[in-house]
Amino acid sequence: MPHVLPLTMMPEGKEGKVVSINAGQGLKRRLVEMGFCEGSLITVHRSERGALVVVVNGTKYAMGKGMATKIMVSDC
Amino acid sequence: MEKKKITIALAGNPNVGKTTLFNAITGARQHVGNWPGVTVEKKTGKRTYKDTEIEVVDLPGTYSLTAYSIDEVVARDYVVEEKPDVVVQIVDATNLERNLYLTTQLMELGSRVVIALNMWDLAESRGDEIDTRKMEDFLEIPVVKTVANRAEGIDALLEEVVREADKGEHHEHEVSYGDDIEKKIIELEKIVGKDSALSGKYPVRWLSVKLLDGDENILEKIEGSSVATQVNSVLSTIKKEDYEAAMAEKRYETINTVLPQVCVKCIKGVTFSDMIDRAVTNKYLGIPIFLAMMWAAFEVTFTVATPLMEFVDMFFGWLAGVVAGSITNPVLGSLLGDGIVAGVGAVMIFLPNILLLFLMISLLEDSGYMARAAFVMDKLMYKIGLNGRSFIPLLMGFGCNVPAIMATRTIEDEKDRLVTILVNPFISCGARLPVYLMLAGAFFGRQAGSVIFGIYILGIIVAILSAKLIRGTVLKGKPSPFIMELPPYRLPTLKASAIHMWEKGSIYLKKAGTIILAGVVFVWLLSAIPAPGVDAAFASEEILGTEDSLIGVLGHIIEPLVAPLGFDWKVAVALVFGFIAKEIVIGSMGVLYGTGEDEDALAEILTAGAMNPLTALGLMVFTLLYVPCIACVGVVKKETGSWKWTLFMVAYGTTLAWIAAFLIYRIGTAIGWGL
Repeated sequence: MPHVLPLTMMPEGKEGKVVSINAGQGLKRRLVEMGFCEGSLITVHRSERGALVVVVNGTKYAMGKGMATKIMVSDC
Repeated sequence: MEKKKITIALAGNPNVGKTTLFNAITGARQHVGNWPGVTVEKKTGKRTYKDTEIEVVDLPGTYSLTAYSIDEVVARDYVVEEKPDVVVQIVDATNLERNLYLTTQLMELGSRVVIALNMWDLAESRGDEIDTRKMEDFLEIPVVKTVANRAEGIDALLEEVVREADKGEHHEHEVSYGDDIEKKIIELEKIVGKDSALSGKYPVRWLSVKLLDGDENILEKIEGSSVATQVNSVLSTIKKEDYEAAMAEKRYETINTVLPQVCVKCIKGVTFSDMIDRAVTNKYLGIPIFLAMMWAAFEVTFTVATPLMEFVDMFFGWLAGVVAGSITNPVLGSLLGDGIVAGVGAVMIFLPNILLLFLMISLLEDSGYMARAAFVMDKLMYKIGLNGRSFIPLLMGFGCNVPAIMATRTIEDEKDRLVTILVNPFISCGARLPVYLMLAGAFFGRQAGSVIFGIYILGIIVAILSAKLIRGTVLKGKPSPFIMELPPYRLPTLKASAIHMWEKGSIYLKKAGTIILAGVVFVWLLSAIPAPGVDAAFASEEILGTEDSLIGVLGHIIEPLVAPLGFDWKVAVALVFGFIAKEIVIGSMGVLYGTGEDEDALAEILTAGAMNPLTALGLMVFTLLYVPCIACVGVVKKETGSWKWTLFMVAYGTTLAWIAAFLIYRIGTAIGWGL
């Protein structure tokens, strides 16, 4: 049974799927445009120092944990 | 035969090699300006291909064409309103999915698009096989493979662009949004179509799609139109957030049906970039590696620059000699020799330093490391109320604050950007160094190095505290959430980096040729006009730069203002001139104390009683903090677009400088230090 958890809680190296983005309109659209949409596969490469390095659809992003808490993922 | 003229626009995501492709197409024939009304850089260039003259417009790099940032609005308005003959979208072959998102939006806009499939060699070496023929079939858009940094595929691309421009017909590509949304689109199309002002200017379907998309910019356009109430009544029946996300996902769905057919296999796994990232973004290694890179960049800059600086110095020395020897008219000779050559020369001497620093920064940027540096520094920068992207502009400030402030354009959040601009002048630029060198050398002997280092550190501390202060008061709020792409590492090419270096460095040259030139002529005039009541000829030897010229009058007027800091009228005058360029402080003290270019003689006079270690230290700190040079003030005005913030920065810095110098002088005197 997959769990739904904020991106910040995903262990390093594990792949998950984006379930939802709990953010305001602007930020949500922004994230979707960068490839964070429902169903996108996402891998956390690093999680430390208040920031994450994630890979979504083959693109690597660095993001603050504040933003990452708004992205809900399921660990499939 | 008359040449055909067409206009093409380059669009694309950030980091796909757009600028490199632009350079490869236009070569040296380019023009950099601003888009009207905003501080987004507009680059245009020309290229003649066969019998067609092509005007190339480089649009800002964007992930999409919504109205999220100024960049996107600028790019979109250009495509919609100026209707370029062809839009070339540069697509990163290693990242098709996200790049094609922009393609769907360009398609919806009804523009004629040609795709430049860039960096396909990288994709291929990774094992991705992209079937461009299939891609063309699915998208109904021509696709040309390019490798911009080796200028491959440029002719093929231009060939396709010209052919597409000749076609003249208008493609109407559509993304299908599914029954529910389509129904609303049709409903809106009917309403919007009634307003001829709107439908004449924009594609009606696109307007309707954007309205459902919750696009604020388009909503504003509708507000002022004849159909505003009708549109609003339709929009009030839907739940906006749901539509927005649903529509974005439909676009991705469209892409995802195309993608598996086009890209046979897209290999995942640990890449070379991942391995490097593991080291450079490591918790413990990240900052040391970053510091080592910066140290190396500065080291290379200064070692290589030193002989070049000597060369520039020799050149201007020679030029001054030629001028003095060949011009017999003493007034003209003095204007050219004492004014223009000496003044501009003093600035030009830093050119090698600044160009090299920018070359280093460009190399790091082009390799992809700078994005990691911003990431590594983000936590630190967040603590002082800035974000990771603020770091690069602050670093560049050590070279010259003018291009550094222009570099803040990469910061998306307006408040973050404003704070970064306002504190940037406290980062001690190269122009202030000669002032420290001379004064510290004269007064602190073997401690000179430590004193100068201390001044630099003081600048950094003031910048940090000011950022915190400004963030806590006039620009309340937290830095915007941080997200940035970490592009794959690429081997930078010297040519591309050299072009980037030149883009930044030429700003400095321009400043030397315009503002500083005008400034030194003005200073010379002031020092050449006799003071009222003095009986001497204009620019005569005995009044030039002495108390008997207008400069002396000016100095005595401001002397009371700086007297509490232990400065006399000569220092006051030198500081006024420092507004033109900080390095002039030393030059004009030379003139005022009658020692000219001879810095050793000046040091002797100063240590013999004209100043003491306390006033010297005060003067260094004052030079660090007070009003930045005129070019810097100009660029702050231009980038903030506000006199209010510009004056705030000037007043804040100058007040701070005064207080600091006052404290140094008074406290130092009270405890009898250094006397």
